[in-house]
Amino acid sequence: MTTHTRPIALGPRGRLAWRRIVSSLLHALGLPFLLLGAWGLWSTFSANRFFPSPLTILGALADTWIGPAFVEDVLPSLYRLAIGIIVSTAVGIAAGTVIGLFRWLRELLEPLLEFFRAIPPPVLIPIGMLLLGITDTMKVVVIVSGAIWPILLNTIEGVRATDSVMTETATSFQITWWERLWFLVLPAASPRIMAGVRQGLSVALILMVISEMFGSSSGLGYRIAYFQRNYLIAEMWSGILLLGLVGIFLATVFGLVERRVLRWYHGIREVERA
Amino acid sequence: MPVRPSRRLRSLRKVLLGVTGLVGFLLVWQLIPALGLISPEYLPYVTDVAVRLVDELRDLAFWRRLGLTMTAWAIGLTVATLAAVVLGTIVGLVPFLRRATHTTVEFLRPIPSVALIPLAVLMFGIQMQSALVIIVFAAFWQVFVQVIYGVADVDAVARDTARSFGLTRRERLSHLVLPTALPYLMTGLRLAAAVALILAITAEMVIGNLGLGRMIELSRSAGDAVGMYALVVVTGVLGLLVNLVFRLIERRSLGWHQSVRGEEVS
Amino acid sequence: MPDRSTLLRVEHLRKVYETGAGSVEAIGDISFTMNTGELVCIVGPSGCGKTTLLKCIAGLLPPTSGLVEMDGAPVTGPTPAMALVFQEYGRSLYPWLTVRGNVDLPLRHKKLSRAERDKLVTDALEAVGLRHAARSHPWQLSGGMQQRVAIARAIAYQPEVLIMDEPFAAVDAQTRADLEDLVRELHATRGMSILFVTHDIDESVYLGERVIVLSRSPTWVQEDLTIDLGPERDQVTTRALPRFTELRTHVYEQIQRAKRGEASAPRPTR
Repeated sequence: MTTHTRPIALGPRGRLAWRRIVSSLLHALGLPFLLLGAWGLWSTFSANRFFPSPLTILGALADTWIGPAFVEDVLPSLYRLAIGIIVSTAVGIAAGTVIGLFRWLRELLEPLLEFFRAIPPPVLIPIGMLLLGITDTMKVVVIVSGAIWPILLNTIEGVRATDSVMTETATSFQITWWERLWFLVLPAASPRIMAGVRQGLSVALILMVISEMFGSSSGLGYRIAYFQRNYLIAEMWSGILLLGLVGIFLATVFGLVERRVLRWYHGIREVERA
Repeated sequence: MPVRPSRRLRSLRKVLLGVTGLVGFLLVWQLIPALGLISPEYLPYVTDVAVRLVDELRDLAFWRRLGLTMTAWAIGLTVATLAAVVLGTIVGLVPFLRRATHTTVEFLRPIPSVALIPLAVLMFGIQMQSALVIIVFAAFWQVFVQVIYGVADVDAVARDTARSFGLTRRERLSHLVLPTALPYLMTGLRLAAAVALILAITAEMVIGNLGLGRMIELSRSAGDAVGMYALVVVTGVLGLLVNLVFRLIERRSLGWHQSVRGEEVS
Repeated sequence: MPDRSTLLRVEHLRKVYETGAGSVEAIGDISFTMNTGELVCIVGPSGCGKTTLLKCIAGLLPPTSGLVEMDGAPVTGPTPAMALVFQEYGRSLYPWLTVRGNVDLPLRHKKLSRAERDKLVTDALEAVGLRHAARSHPWQLSGGMQQRVAIARAIAYQPEVLIMDEPFAAVDAQTRADLEDLVRELHATRGMSILFVTHDIDESVYLGERVIVLSRSPTWVQEDLTIDLGPERDQVTTRALPRFTELRTHVYEQIQRAKRGEASAPRPTR
């Protein structure tokens, strides 16, 4: 922008732009700083030891997690989470597409799948522990077996609902089966699939944490529970904060991927709204 | 002349296929331990699980635990919904607040509520209140976000019309904002109900307050596989019922709106 | 005329839909032929089964009885000899592909080299005047331009006959005139055979060399009319000709009769 290169020659327009930037910054950061400030003040003047000041927590964040703990606890957690997400997305979309394409298969499996989706995912952890023991495999399997359902069911629904005129167009131009899958069915289902993946992500994160809180000797979830049991309050808070950051990171990455994949979809909606 | 199957025939086929799927699944389950693929110690016979399920259903203690779980669920869902509706309406109606809270909401929402379990335990110990903290935190966002969308979705022309006819603020709220936001609220409520149930049971498993989740965890540590599987089935049925009931409520309250809005879940 | 051999032949086509409430006879008995290089318009009262007819011709729907022949061979399913332009351009173009991607898609399974395909696509886009928009997405274009993309896709497919199902029903009047001239131009300069279905009487007379008037449902061919307006047509002068007015009045009256169900059906020769 010209406002940065020629600060002296600020026209009325430049000043307006500046004002807009400052105002949106204030809007974006005002409340978080206000809340943090209030928290800080309150924690210094009250005797509640369960709520240390934000600065203490930030200090603990650096002390606790930077160093060996990062390699021992954070990385394995993230690794299991990533594997779980990748597997459940790949399997969910593949199986969902097959089931969605064949009506009899869909009708055969739908009640069953609805039931599996309805099972609260964390109760799968005891089953996983029983079948596979307390292992990394168990944790990944548990993450997959919880996160896959929203992806699978949304894919089925998206594939099933392919527009009739689009399908007819493909038929009339004799597009091959693979081309139809790749250029019609999957893109047409992609908004639904992405909605499913978004739900799957939050389930996967929950399962990562819980599976580590149960009998485990490493991982973010384990560490946080450990700090709590030993009354290491600031450390515990720093763990919660770190988990929050992981959640935000996931949401951001997902947002980027989604905007890329569904560019056409958002484009249409924008055109429709205008 | 070949007659295409009528609608009733088709739905009959659907039911039959669905039942076949369920029966097939149960058969496979029964066969896996029977053929020795997995020891019955880890994957018990489905018949054993069914028998245990019936036993549990006749046991008053089971119903008491179930009652505790559902109480936590109901309280948590109610508190979260009320808070979300009030705050969501205020924030949604005032553009300044909407802008000012945006980053805070986007930061808090992705935090997995289970991360708060240790904090809740510190504050309330092994009690229902701990579970409630988790349930409310998770369910709140589902409703809150939908309410904000809903309130902001009021048609500009409709709003101008209302203003030009001199409707008071209160009339506008009840005749314009509320009907627009209601479908969104119902969608949020359905999502929140499912999430609240998940966290009610999770909290009992991890924190150890009384309820179904705790029973599952106890069966596991006692090596009672049959009982554990029976309880997992119970939670599945519970989840199914909650989904069913709230989907019904949602559909009832929407009517005309359902066709317009897709099933977009955030 | 030696080059005008029979291209498409429809004989005693009949289509009955079976529904839960009973059977509905959409098409009674339709027969006509179309020669290579002809531009034939099919016009009829609304709800007379025009779309059903097209789908049967294109092999998307199996007729209950009767025959569709293309170059002497019966049509039993979609064939590369035909390309369709649908009325709902918004739903027949794929929004996740660019304009170029949309035109290119049906060519992928044809055994062509990359360069040949590119040439076909570029050439087709050029023909509809959309070369500059190749990298846009369909939803970024106006309705008329979207329909041009659909036409380009059909041209690039190199069919023997272009089948258009009320293609301009959803665009505004001015765009419509431009698109009509585009169709005339494709017919004149490229010698394309075009089967054009419309409910607009003026459009059918302005475009066609022949107009086939359909009766109301169950449908049969009420009249097969030759349009003797010459090959050069112009939106202003042609439409001002007394002969144009005569023809459109004639077709209009036929349609009115069709609506009232006055015209009598030919005895089916079955």
